[in-house]
Amino acid sequence: MQNPERSTGRLVKALGLASIGLGVPMLRSTDEVARITGVDDSPIAPTMIRAVGAREMVHAGLLLLGPQRSVWTRVAGDAMDIATLGIALQSRSGERRRRTATALLAVLGITGLDLYAARRTAKQQHGKGRPGPLELHASTTVNRDPQEVYTFWRDFENLPSFMLHLKQVSANGDGRSRWVANAPVRRSVKWDAELTGDEPGRRISWKSLPGADIDNSGTVHFAPAPGHRGTEVRVDLHYDVPGGRLGRVAAKLFGEEPEQQVRDDLRRFKQVIETGDIVRSDALPHGTDARHQIVQRPAQPPKGKKARTHR
Amino acid sequence: MRALVWEAPTKVGVHTVPDPQILNSRDAIVKVTSTAICGSDLHLYDGYIPSVMPGDVLGHEFMGEVVELGDDVKNLQVGDRVVVPFPIACGACRPCQRGLTSLCENSNPNAGLAEKVMGHSPAGIFGYSHMLGGYQGGQAEYVRVPFADVGPLKIEDDLTDDQVLFLSDILPTGYMGADVCDIRQGDVVAVWGAGPVGQFAIKSAYLLGAEKVIAIDRFPERLKMAEGMSGAHTLNYEETSVLEELRELTAGRGPDHVIDAVGMEAHTDITPVEAYDKAKQWTKLSTERPQALREAILSVANGGTVSIMGVYGGFADKFPLGSVMNRSLTIKTGQCHVHRYLRPLLERNRNREIDPTYIISHHMSLEEAPKGYDIFKKKQDSCTKVVLKPGA
Repeated sequence: MQNPERSTGRLVKALGLASIGLGVPMLRSTDEVARITGVDDSPIAPTMIRAVGAREMVHAGLLLLGPQRSVWTRVAGDAMDIATLGIALQSRSGERRRRTATALLAVLGITGLDLYAARRTAKQQHGKGRPGPLELHASTTVNRDPQEVYTFWRDFENLPSFMLHLKQVSANGDGRSRWVANAPVRRSVKWDAELTGDEPGRRISWKSLPGADIDNSGTVHFAPAPGHRGTEVRVDLHYDVPGGRLGRVAAKLFGEEPEQQVRDDLRRFKQVIETGDIVRSDALPHGTDARHQIVQRPAQPPKGKKARTHR
Repeated sequence: MRALVWEAPTKVGVHTVPDPQILNSRDAIVKVTSTAICGSDLHLYDGYIPSVMPGDVLGHEFMGEVVELGDDVKNLQVGDRVVVPFPIACGACRPCQRGLTSLCENSNPNAGLAEKVMGHSPAGIFGYSHMLGGYQGGQAEYVRVPFADVGPLKIEDDLTDDQVLFLSDILPTGYMGADVCDIRQGDVVAVWGAGPVGQFAIKSAYLLGAEKVIAIDRFPERLKMAEGMSGAHTLNYEETSVLEELRELTAGRGPDHVIDAVGMEAHTDITPVEAYDKAKQWTKLSTERPQALREAILSVANGGTVSIMGVYGGFADKFPLGSVMNRSLTIKTGQCHVHRYLRPLLERNRNREIDPTYIISHHMSLEEAPKGYDIFKKKQDSCTKVVLKPGA
């Protein structure tokens, strides 16, 4: 399935390249551009076209290297171009008027595309608008055989020991289970789920039942890694994040970097299976956690409850 | 407890910090009896290793007495005297089982951070930046040792702390530097840097059968030590052209193996190169000043081995890759897989093949550690190695 954030990213990059495509001829073949747009009779046209060309290069830099929302700078540029061409159109006639009008129409078309891209950037998963669905994928290799790795995962009650967004999972024994997520701000997010696929040693799939706070599903594949390198574990999670308040809560379940968090979940999964526990350091006493990656404790022992006795 | 804490570049202090606690059932708490300042600690001290933050307790060469054990550590007892390897290894992942313990896949809880810089994450290391785990270091009165059932080596005989402390890092690191060269009869080995790791690399190269070992440094006392204790041929790069001398000493072939025991803060007497590297490092355009490595690569014989034991942190500039490629060089490197060398080197230690105590120039209390960093960095007072005694 297409990740909407990625396709928006590609559109923004394409517009950045388009800026280069417009900017370079404006800077290098200014007179030709003036002729095509019907303003070759104006003494200030070459200067203005060069200025617009330079601006396009700035757009290109921002769109290609900066954040996606830089596409708004193109929308602003479009507004300027429409105004300029509109004024130019009023004082033109005949063939030149026809050419200016064509250029104006072209700019209006590009404006539509820019606006579409700009609005899409505002609708990102964790942007200000309504979040979209969350599609997460991660994989790891565990130094155990597939049956053992499968068996640990198949007991859903084990999942919260390595999946940070889960508080508790209780299995009902009939393939159904009750899931409670660690939602922020006291809001509890719950759902019931059922097994939709179970191939021992190979695959487990589950799906939330109607009435869930958040519709979601997941699949994990287990495959022997080549040359006795253990088991390749591949996880796909789908969260159908709704609109409104619940949607905002749901979006926060996975923090700012959802992919990283699922990767870290799998790292903890590997730690628990291979070493028996989550691995902790002084900087990360609760173990691997993408949410604490940027702001960490210093690497000195955390303050403890009990005083030391062996001096 | 008291501990040596990093405050800012070139500023460390001894502070009172909370005592370590058992966090995992395979942990031990060790009361540190001896801990050393490593040359690679100076890269942290100077602020060139990414992801070090104020408050971090440094130190990865330490030994001591077990004072507390997690429930799942069955091979040790309270009161045992142990040397602790600097890389933290779980013993259960595939690299650990293959003996590549500095590549443990489980011991770095900050693996995500390391991946951003290095692509994949190596093992966690005591007191060596957040990117490598964010573990409290051993320059302290007490330290928590994770996977205590895998790492610590029990010392049961009467060898002194000074005799066994360096099994934690620099002795195996120097040994691995020579070991990975796969030395054959008649081979000439050149070692850049006659600090502690360089000294042990020189000694190990002879032990492993090298015909001749050449030590390269600029401090006469260090070169003298290499000559006196290991029988090395010495070159002072401030007095001679290293490339030409090495060519001459090997009748044009170049040394068969070269070992970089310098790392990311190489000094050079070629002023423009030094200025260029310092400017790039200062502006964070490069993390390394790799002049020793550049010289080592250009010096080695065609088809030779380049063994890198000096520590590098990120990205190097002006790396002579053309020389590596066109001359079929082999690069061997890595943080030392200490665990695999512990027992063989303890054995060589016992039967007096290597008595590593000769590199120690200073003993100090933990409280004097900041002074130890200062004189070690500036090579004052003929400082080659500082051993701290937290109990004293």
